Amino acid sequence: MQLKKRRKQKAMKESENMSATQQVLIIEAGRTEHHYWRDLWRYRELFYILAWRDVLVRYKQTIIGFAWALIRPFLTMIVFVFVFSKLAKLPSEGAPYPILVFAALLPWQFFSNAFTEAGGSLINNANMIAKVYFPRLVVPASAVIVSFVDFLISGMILAGLMLWYRFVPDWRIFTLPLFIFIAFAAAMGAGMWMAALNVKYRDFRYIIPFVAQFGLYVSPVGFSSTIVPEQWRLLYSINPMVGVIDGFRWAIMGGNTRLSWPGFLLSIFLVLVTLVTGVLYFRKMEKTFADII
Amino acid sequence: MSPVIAVENLSKKYIISHQKRERYTALRDVLANGTKRLTYKLTRPFAVPENDSTHEEFWALKEVSFDIQQGDRVGIIGRNGAGKSTLLKILSRITEPTSGKIRIRGRVSSLLEVGTGFHPELTGRENIFLNGAILGMSKAEIKNKFDEIVAFAEVEKFLDTPVKHYSSGMYVRLAFAVAANLEPEILIVDEVLAVGDAQFQKRCLGKMESAGKEGRTVLFVSHNMVALKSLCEKAIWLNAGSVIEKGRAGDVVSNYLQNGVPVNMHQAWGDPETAPGNKNVRLHSVKITYEGGTSGEDLTVASPVNLEFEFWNFNQNMLLNFSVVLYDNQEVCIFNTGSPAKIYPKGLVKGICHIPGNFLNDGVYRVRLLIVRDMSMPLIDLDNVAIFEVHDVGREGAWYGKWIGAVRPTLKWETMATSD
Repeated sequence: MQLKKRRKQKAMKESENMSATQQVLIIEAGRTEHHYWRDLWRYRELFYILAWRDVLVRYKQTIIGFAWALIRPFLTMIVFVFVFSKLAKLPSEGAPYPILVFAALLPWQFFSNAFTEAGGSLINNANMIAKVYFPRLVVPASAVIVSFVDFLISGMILAGLMLWYRFVPDWRIFTLPLFIFIAFAAAMGAGMWMAALNVKYRDFRYIIPFVAQFGLYVSPVGFSSTIVPEQWRLLYSINPMVGVIDGFRWAIMGGNTRLSWPGFLLSIFLVLVTLVTGVLYFRKMEKTFADII
Repeated sequence: MSPVIAVENLSKKYIISHQKRERYTALRDVLANGTKRLTYKLTRPFAVPENDSTHEEFWALKEVSFDIQQGDRVGIIGRNGAGKSTLLKILSRITEPTSGKIRIRGRVSSLLEVGTGFHPELTGRENIFLNGAILGMSKAEIKNKFDEIVAFAEVEKFLDTPVKHYSSGMYVRLAFAVAANLEPEILIVDEVLAVGDAQFQKRCLGKMESAGKEGRTVLFVSHNMVALKSLCEKAIWLNAGSVIEKGRAGDVVSNYLQNGVPVNMHQAWGDPETAPGNKNVRLHSVKITYEGGTSGEDLTVASPVNLEFEFWNFNQNMLLNFSVVLYDNQEVCIFNTGSPAKIYPKGLVKGICHIPGNFLNDGVYRVRLLIVRDMSMPLIDLDNVAIFEVHDVGREGAWYGKWIGAVRPTLKWETMATSD
């Protein structure tokens, strides 16, 4: 009894001598990391710092700096309004057409930037991956965060448009964070898939920009998804961004916009599937990144 | 007390592909190969699948086991490709072992490269935070250490300059300063001393030494035996993925130096019928000698080296001269020296070529010997008659980097202060 106590005291002393963070780490083939998520939490600062680095670097040696985050979506919006409203004369669901376009452009640009950046993130940080350990999930996740910063900046344009058109949103605007969260999940899921695949198959270097460009036209960015015939709506919603964009429009434009629930739920379901499989695939491939990158 | 690091039967396999040079796979190839295999299976359903001969297994580490106690400073030595870097990569969790198990107690920081993650566009200050975070320091820790890091790197004036404008020396100093101020329980360092100037190297070694004195465990890979012996008290010698020897650094290093390099300091042929040569001359022996020993272990930059050779001369009264050509292991010809021509009778002839001390640089050298008749016609031209290694010598001061230059002569200098 006493021996046990003494041993315990000795052990305590020992652990005091070492630092408080000491833990036993076991490295084995195929071992699933028990502390993975805790590790991810421990590396949260790296996460901010990588995001901060990318934000900082992006506008170094530019003259107008952060204004680029405003100019690009603004010009895209003007072109879309001109093509889809002035030339094609598509309906606007009661709100000013620029607001209709911008409510969709916001999540779309967030998604496509995040998807592109996250997809290339591991390759761009190959050197770090080959030389230092950290949970690799940090890399694509911080790329998504960077795009989110751009998203917040271009959100200011939406506020500006609302002021300009004296457009007052209703209570639904408060549900917007929920849709932002869904957009985030979609970007994260797709980004992780692309990042992991890109390490192994460099073909994705060409597929990613193509998807980003193509997606802009197959997603209801320049037009309302209501112009898609009813019987095709569900099929159209297989593109998860349809649900996300519809959600954004529903929350921002209020009034008589309606969500087509089956389509919306299908999109959300697909977003979740992408996210979960994305994390699983990423975690499975993660251990081989350093060997094949 | 149980060891800080316990490695049991650790193995790591890489698959080498002979087909393409890229290490990544292209989707096209996967699809093409898949189709090929499928058609093969369809056309020959009962055939045993062919072994994919374009892929070869390569064991970078094979059944490696060792224990490291707390506070040990352990050097890992071995030739290129012995598995040192793979071992460090597995220990720092960058890559996964194929089999085996490691138990590590305590926080590990590894420094496999100086300045990982440095971004050229960011300023020195920003890079300190970035690099610190990558190496696993918290922001608070970096803030605490900030002044120390800056002082260590001596870049106060350029803190707010993007590092792309730094000189390479400043860049390396800053990078090492961040890493040197890590305070992990276990520090893993791969050959980083190869960079930086003398004074800086001295401080780096000092920093690692004090880390060991504070009870931290240090694992250090280096090709520089002098630095390694001065820093580490224990060593592990790896060759072709296996542990050859572990123990006191001095012993392991000297065994490694004796056996690790394929030196060939003495060769002899007893039979004048079959020895290398021809009907005119045949080589009897070649021997490298130097003052102080025969093992080759204490042959240093300072030692005068004698290249002795003996051969059978089968013709009476031949006008012969000899030529020795020395190459280093990068196939660079260091010199070619010729003897004066003389007339020799039939029988054994001996020649000695004296290479002065303080002339050759450290490294492995290969000897080529020519015997020339009538100053014009080579009778024999034999490469590889001897291989010897010149070791680095203990230097004054504390710079341990590779001394550059094909040769390392001590020359006569005159220096003086001149004032008018």
